[in-house]
Amino acid sequence: MADNNGGLAIRPMDQFEVKALFGGDVSWYTPTNVTLWMALTVLAASALMIYGARGRALVPSRAQSAAEMTYGFIYKMVEDVAGKDAVRFFPHIFTLFMFVFFANILGLVPFAFTTTSHIAVTAVLALTVFFSVTALGFILHGTKFLGLFWISSAPLALRPVLALIELISYCVRPVSHSIRLAGAMMAGHAVAKVFAGFTAAMGAAFFLPILAVTALYALELLVAVIQAYVFTILTCVYLKDALHPSH
Amino acid sequence: MAETAATGPGMPQLDISTFPNQIFWLVVTLVVLYFVMSRVALPRVAAVLADRRGVITSDIATAEEFKHKAQAAEEAYHKALAEARAEAGRIVEAAKAEMQEELDAQMAKADAEIAARTAESERRIQEIRDSAMDMVSEVSKDATKDILELFGAKADARSVNAAVAARLKGGA
Repeated sequence: MADNNGGLAIRPMDQFEVKALFGGDVSWYTPTNVTLWMALTVLAASALMIYGARGRALVPSRAQSAAEMTYGFIYKMVEDVAGKDAVRFFPHIFTLFMFVFFANILGLVPFAFTTTSHIAVTAVLALTVFFSVTALGFILHGTKFLGLFWISSAPLALRPVLALIELISYCVRPVSHSIRLAGAMMAGHAVAKVFAGFTAAMGAAFFLPILAVTALYALELLVAVIQAYVFTILTCVYLKDALHPSH
Repeated sequence: MAETAATGPGMPQLDISTFPNQIFWLVVTLVVLYFVMSRVALPRVAAVLADRRGVITSDIATAEEFKHKAQAAEEAYHKALAEARAEAGRIVEAAKAEMQEELDAQMAKADAEIAARTAESERRIQEIRDSAMDMVSEVSKDATKDILELFGAKADARSVNAAVAARLKGGA
């Protein structure tokens, strides 16, 4: 993995560059490595949920079990965290989870491009969640949705202050939501690349960085799954606020 | 993230010129993925899960039904067994009574026969005894006459007979 860096010049951020697949400039519609890896994400998700579950057997095969468990896991999460009436948004949340999960996992394939390491991607995801949930809150509850910021259990004098704090924290949500995911993905991949670069530079002790990269990969696999989980469960929490704004 | 500063060119993540491209393909991907999941994958998996739940529920119901049937069969078996026992008891009782009756009849018959035979035997013994008595007196009379003749005494037949008869009666 480190050979293409050429000696000591480790360039850990090169892996994040957006490149056109067939050369030329990157305009908004150009097929790029983003296109490729996002398409693979869709394929992987479809492979699990459609090809894996194609038997529709009463006693499931391993792949069908995995598909059913993924379904059950997200379904239960939506039901438990956001409430029973949130189940109608289950397909949306499931789509979100599948995209982040497979983008993270596929990003761990050597030479892969990690779409979720880009703030542009995660910000669009987080802002979509933020605006959908906020719009949903106003549509379902009208101005009562603002009760989310007006904490009636607090002393009256404190309420405006608390409302301001609540409002700020509400608006900061998409920032933390998106930067958490992109940051975790980018940091892990960059560190892996740096360690891999050391392999050529360390001569006889070349096995040390390899061991480090191996350990790091195990950790990164964990991070990939956890970040997908965190992103999804936070979406459910925000959805719960929109459906039930009273605390 | 400290490495980024050392590498010079900066973070590709902050290269705004690639944002429209990424956002465009992300939106395309999400729309495609949403339709594939919500129209194809999720209904299929949901149907399989619902099927399985249905089958399990109906299997449990069937098992429950079979259990009830087995219990009913067991009850019927015990009932039939008890009835058969009672019936057998009744039959044994009836057979015993019948046998007793027959036995009694046979005994009575046998007793009657024995009594008849006994009476007959007694009668014949009496006959024999009587005839023996007669013969004894006859022989005695003859013997007495012969003895008297041997002694040379002229025996009057009638007085000899009376004397022997009296003698026999006394000796008897």
